[in-house]
Amino acid sequence: MSAPLTSLDRPNSYIGRAVPRPNAKRLLAGRGRYVTDIRLPRMLHAAFLRSSHAHARIISIDAEAARALPGVHLVATGPDLAKICTPWTGTLDHFKGMTSEPQLPLPLERVVWAGQAVVAVVAESRALAEDALELISVDYEELPAVVDLDAARQSGAERVNPAVGSNICFRAQLDSGGVDDAFASALHVIEQDFSFGRHTPVTLEPRAIIADYESESGMLTVHHATQTPYQFQDLYSRHYGIPEARVRVIAPDIGGSFGMKLHVYHEDMAVVGLSMLLGRPVKYVADRIESFVSDIHARDHQVKARMAVDAAGKILAMDVHDVTAIGAFSTYPRTSVVEGNQVIRLIGAPYDFKSYRAALEVVFQNKVQTSQYRAVGHPIACAVTERMVDLAAARVGLDPLAMRANNVIADDAYPTASPTGYKFEALSHQACLERLRRLMDYDALRAEQAELRRRGIHRGIGIATFVEITNPSPAFYGVGGARISSQDGATLSLTPSGEVRCAISVTEQGQGTEAIISQIVADQLGVAQEHVKILTGDTEVTPHGGATWACRGAGIGGETALQAARQLKANILEIAGLILQEQPAALDIVDGQVVGKATQKPRLSVAEIARISYFRSDTLPPGTQAQLTVSHHFAPQGYPFAFTNGIQGCYLEVDVDTGFVKLLKHYVVEDCGRIINPMLVDEQLRGGVVQGLGAALFEECRYGETGQLLNGSLADYLVPMAMEMPDIVIDHVETPTADTILGAKGCGEAGTAAASACVLNAVNDALTTFGASINAIPITPARVLKALNRY
Amino acid sequence: MKARAFSYFRARTIDEALDAAARSGDEARFIAGGQSLVPALALRLQAPRLLIDINHIDDLSGVTREGEWLRIGALTRHCQMLTEPLIAQFAPLLRAAAPYVAHPAIRNRGTLGGSVALADPASEFPAVVLALGAEMEIAGPAGRRRVGADEFFVDLFETALAPGELLVAVHVPLFRANQRIAFDELARRRGDYALVGCGMIATVEQDLIADIRVALFSVGNVPTRARSVEAALAGACLDADRIAAAQAALDGDLAPDDSDDVPAAMRLHLARVLLGRLLGSLLGRLGETA
Repeated sequence: MSAPLTSLDRPNSYIGRAVPRPNAKRLLAGRGRYVTDIRLPRMLHAAFLRSSHAHARIISIDAEAARALPGVHLVATGPDLAKICTPWTGTLDHFKGMTSEPQLPLPLERVVWAGQAVVAVVAESRALAEDALELISVDYEELPAVVDLDAARQSGAERVNPAVGSNICFRAQLDSGGVDDAFASALHVIEQDFSFGRHTPVTLEPRAIIADYESESGMLTVHHATQTPYQFQDLYSRHYGIPEARVRVIAPDIGGSFGMKLHVYHEDMAVVGLSMLLGRPVKYVADRIESFVSDIHARDHQVKARMAVDAAGKILAMDVHDVTAIGAFSTYPRTSVVEGNQVIRLIGAPYDFKSYRAALEVVFQNKVQTSQYRAVGHPIACAVTERMVDLAAARVGLDPLAMRANNVIADDAYPTASPTGYKFEALSHQACLERLRRLMDYDALRAEQAELRRRGIHRGIGIATFVEITNPSPAFYGVGGARISSQDGATLSLTPSGEVRCAISVTEQGQGTEAIISQIVADQLGVAQEHVKILTGDTEVTPHGGATWACRGAGIGGETALQAARQLKANILEIAGLILQEQPAALDIVDGQVVGKATQKPRLSVAEIARISYFRSDTLPPGTQAQLTVSHHFAPQGYPFAFTNGIQGCYLEVDVDTGFVKLLKHYVVEDCGRIINPMLVDEQLRGGVVQGLGAALFEECRYGETGQLLNGSLADYLVPMAMEMPDIVIDHVETPTADTILGAKGCGEAGTAAASACVLNAVNDALTTFGASINAIPITPARVLKALNRY
Repeated sequence: MKARAFSYFRARTIDEALDAAARSGDEARFIAGGQSLVPALALRLQAPRLLIDINHIDDLSGVTREGEWLRIGALTRHCQMLTEPLIAQFAPLLRAAAPYVAHPAIRNRGTLGGSVALADPASEFPAVVLALGAEMEIAGPAGRRRVGADEFFVDLFETALAPGELLVAVHVPLFRANQRIAFDELARRRGDYALVGCGMIATVEQDLIADIRVALFSVGNVPTRARSVEAALAGACLDADRIAAAQAALDGDLAPDDSDDVPAAMRLHLARVLLGRLLGSLLGRLGETA
């Protein structure tokens, strides 16, 4: 028996279809063209001497021997670049009271973290530049390093910036009111402290940049492994005083970004200046050792949480305090406080309760800067919330899934808002929860767990509900004064042979942006997907736009493409109407053919319309000007964010003698609205889950007492690998947003948002019989054994 | 990170390699699989003026039986531990350890001689060689000599090899029908350096353990024989009490340091757990015919 026909059986129905990424084969065949692959004529190579101290004053720099080395073209220090580059400050206006020191490409007087670039060498080859680094000596006066988070907050503590009174970067508070009353009247009050380690994104392709300044034309071209070419066009223009139109940023193939490749890095800014000083292309590629001490880090939070619950297990109130350490500066231009801000605003978000109070404290330290990394703040908010829900369930005597069923916001309660003020258009917690129960076969899994426990095998089941922020409006950065666009733009052209070319400002880093844009354009125009070519990642080619971050590619970029395609289609049908002597409204395009809407019979090919319009416009009625190129912009309106939701489940086994955790299976039910490509959405979820599982069990940047990173290599910093990853089972609920025609929200961070919370709950579930409890991430064997008092 | 410039010499014979080394003093390094040396060069942790490539010296290859010993050429790749029939038959502990050594791409290039000569205390093969009571065949300016594993591993990355000497082969006593082996390690991820690892070979007479050699790795500066454990087991009938006694004896054999992520007490605990599990698996196989 064949399945009934669906809308996907129409020709060119690509939205909702699992089509492969057109660029996947090319990349797999090794034909990718990353910044590292680019060699420009007369190109030189930069390398950086890095600070060995976490905090020190620069007394003197002796670089004479390096300058004298044959093949060395330039040795530059802080003052050299300060002459041509204006400083930047990582604050935003809507974070009231926030401070951060101005930054320059290379420091003038003080180094503030171990690994900070101090001197740049430009030479004929990278190896030669590194030879020269060995000939440079820097005389430092060591200063006390601020390393410990609690110590940094003490009054009278050593300060990251001795010129200011404290190490506090930013404080924020939220209070819905009624919190104290709710706690006073609650039967149960649960309290717990949490600790979340620092980690770092570890993209497969490291940061890489080639700056190519032509002094003759005053033109700067930057080949840059970045998510956000337009943001960098603006920054290079403003900080180096080059008119924006003379700055071109090209982001070629990118090997992963995860938020790491949209921040200003000191080396990257320096490389632009080095190229300007030399008038030659200069390349810099961060090696893995450099990445660990210069790519942004993330997380690093200490949270105190309280939850008030009534006798029936209803959540009444939450009260949380989050302290987070961000390094020596707030990053630019997006700041380092967004993560903490999202932590305190997302805690409790899936649940229906009214009273919420939160305090945030953001603290400077002599460490690498932290900033936005995949699922900014979500994993912390989710882990705190979901562990508190489990603790509350245990106190009340409810099953964790039942506890959640009793407390999630009901699916028929929308529109509504969280106690922190986030406005929810439509979420589906109840539907997702029921779907997860079936997907896991929850009751059978619990029975199996109990049976195995009798045999001394300790398995745990963890559940985590989540809300994810996607498709941000200008409320995110624009209102804070950052020149970061929340809109996107696309230019669509019908080529003379009837194919379609779409240049769009969202970018591709391996997640399939170009694939879904081509699906949307092909679907909306009525042409085959292979006849749609997508161009991204070049400020000289595409209209201005925000590009790819905060899960905005599908929701905002996709809607931009959809609306542009509809305009182009209207223009094509207008010409078709003239040629066919028909009303355009009576025509449609199917599979590259203009058809009668009623009959679906082909009348004229789109290619023929293109041929006539481009080469025989004389045969069109007088006064006709065919518009076969359209440009269109779309900025999100309506809700400030398109919130998504979902729930994850985890099944694992704890070896109580070794403290090792074996992940057995992971489950995700997720609602990202309209699904454009189910295969890519599932890949996004799986990749995101794996990053969350890495955070849960493996990843942590460990520092010594003097502020040295102790595990800055891939031998010591453990990223999740395939052998340790479980099968990840995925299901979907689809609640499209009504804010757009497309209805898509984001999905790229959902996996990461809740995976670590799930593992935390599952490990604690497995340890229940021992009365042991773990509230720190990553969950290492050392922490498990310590909780079990095994050594 | 890019290596500092160096000269390269491809040796065709052991003598050519030794001559080149002698001429360069301590400025030269031999390179075989390069799986540890090349990263060290790239990180500029080492910057020799000369690399002497020994990959093309025929006399360093091949696995042969010589009387009561199996001679394994220093250039034998890690992956060959899994494929060489003579190793499966006569040195099964090497074969048992091989899947735990890094990842396939590294096992394709890395050599037994390189691993043993580097003597990384976290590596599998040095500990296995120690458990087996192997002998290292060394060529140098003064000729050939053989050094037993108990004397070979001296300190952290330090062996009985003198500057200018080359490890030529590892000689392993032939595995016998009344012997049993066990190997395992506790690593956070497959292919990682282990938090602790252990290899052992026991000679069984009736139900008694006549003799046993137990070596651990990732427990100190060198691969370490657990001599108190061996003494607690030798001549004994293996049972749960005896295993517990062996685990307790381990405290006398190991004195690991605290590392930033693994406290010494935890490492010792893990070593006891691992030892108990390996002896438990041995117990189940005592009566088997090989």
